[in-house]
Amino acid sequence: MEAQTWAVLTVLEQTPGVDSARALTEDEQRALLEPWFGPELPVDDLPIPRLVEVVETTEGYDAEGLRQRLAAEAPGAVLDDHTRWRRPLVEAATRLRLMGWVAIGLILASTAALITLAAGSALAANQQIIRVLRLVGAQDNYIARAFVRRFTLRALTGAAIGTGAGMIAVALLPRASTEGAFLTGLGFAGLHWLWPLAVPILAGVIAFWATRIAAFRALRDLR
Amino acid sequence: MIELQDAAYGYGADPLLSDMSLRLAPGSFHFLTGPSGAGKTTLLKLCYAELLPTAGSVRLFEQEAKEMARDDVARARQRIGVVHQDCQFLDHLPVAENIALPLTVSDRKTGDEAANLEELIAWVGLRARADALPPELSGGERQRAALARAVIMDPDVILADEPTGNVDWEMSLRLLTLLIELNKMGKTVLIATHDLALIRAAKAEVAARVLRIGGGRLQLAGADL
Repeated sequence: MEAQTWAVLTVLEQTPGVDSARALTEDEQRALLEPWFGPELPVDDLPIPRLVEVVETTEGYDAEGLRQRLAAEAPGAVLDDHTRWRRPLVEAATRLRLMGWVAIGLILASTAALITLAAGSALAANQQIIRVLRLVGAQDNYIARAFVRRFTLRALTGAAIGTGAGMIAVALLPRASTEGAFLTGLGFAGLHWLWPLAVPILAGVIAFWATRIAAFRALRDLR
Repeated sequence: MIELQDAAYGYGADPLLSDMSLRLAPGSFHFLTGPSGAGKTTLLKLCYAELLPTAGSVRLFEQEAKEMARDDVARARQRIGVVHQDCQFLDHLPVAENIALPLTVSDRKTGDEAANLEELIAWVGLRARADALPPELSGGERQRAALARAVIMDPDVILADEPTGNVDWEMSLRLLTLLIELNKMGKTVLIATHDLALIRAAKAEVAARVLRIGGGRLQLAGADL
């Protein structure tokens, strides 16, 4: 088996597209099988094949060509190319990520639309007050400022509360376990915890501009 | 200061006002009289650019009203104190804050201005009512508060639309006295009223020009006033 492993490693070393290749040690193989066979697994007594880990380069290798070379130089060696089953998962993950971005875009757009509507309603409800302010010499900027301040602060506060609750919920999600249960280990790591803090700021900025645009549009109709 | 040249306002072939020519010179005192519905309020609205003429020209402080940007209109209004017929208060604010509103919106509510506000409230005799809300005021008190708000910015021109419409004769004379005092301080005053007795009372005190509005046109009133 040692000779065959050596032959496999030699082939891999010469294969374009292979970044690195190494045979797993017995301890590493035992650790891989431990969840299924327990800690007392007699690796030496079982006909367990030697595992070789292959890391490909960005360009990747020619799987079919490598398979043929292995068949010729190390008969019995099997190339288990994970990309066969990993590719659809990667594609699904990419689509999920895209959907995530689209969802964020939709949330931001609907936030802006909601704030514009709310500001428009508030402006309509306060039409008489705005008229009096204009009559006593208030400039549009002064009137708009009062509405912009109120809506920006509300959006900022709401988003901060929501973000806080969301971060707590994410922190309470199940941690990644050695058993590797599905959908565990979701969440933020390290500095990624700073990302959600952008949400209240973004909400505030959107509220500021949405209210300002709505206010100036409403004031345009009032001399 | 404020000048109307052949100004008209209205829609269609039969405008409400037409060929209105009027010049409010600095320090002058004008009365604008005429029956109800003749267009006195509309003419005043042209004078502070709440309405724009459909024909002719209205100039505020050397600027053509139709060409003024919105902020220029706001600045012009800071130089024109208006006593509206219905006072136009913010009912949720106390009287003192309503009077100070022009200062507040122009970001001029400083310590000095606050002292002036106290003085002004005392001048119109509302010291005891400064914290009351507008709906709690009597007709005369509302008109005096409106006059105080109109002069808080030390405007060049004061336009008063039926300032004595809802008050008794004694209060009318008191308000008239305040307006005459302001004119003597150099303010240009235009009062729209249908109260001829008030005009006669004023003419004994001040050299007032009386304009009559009727049939959509403006003319100088005769010696009967």
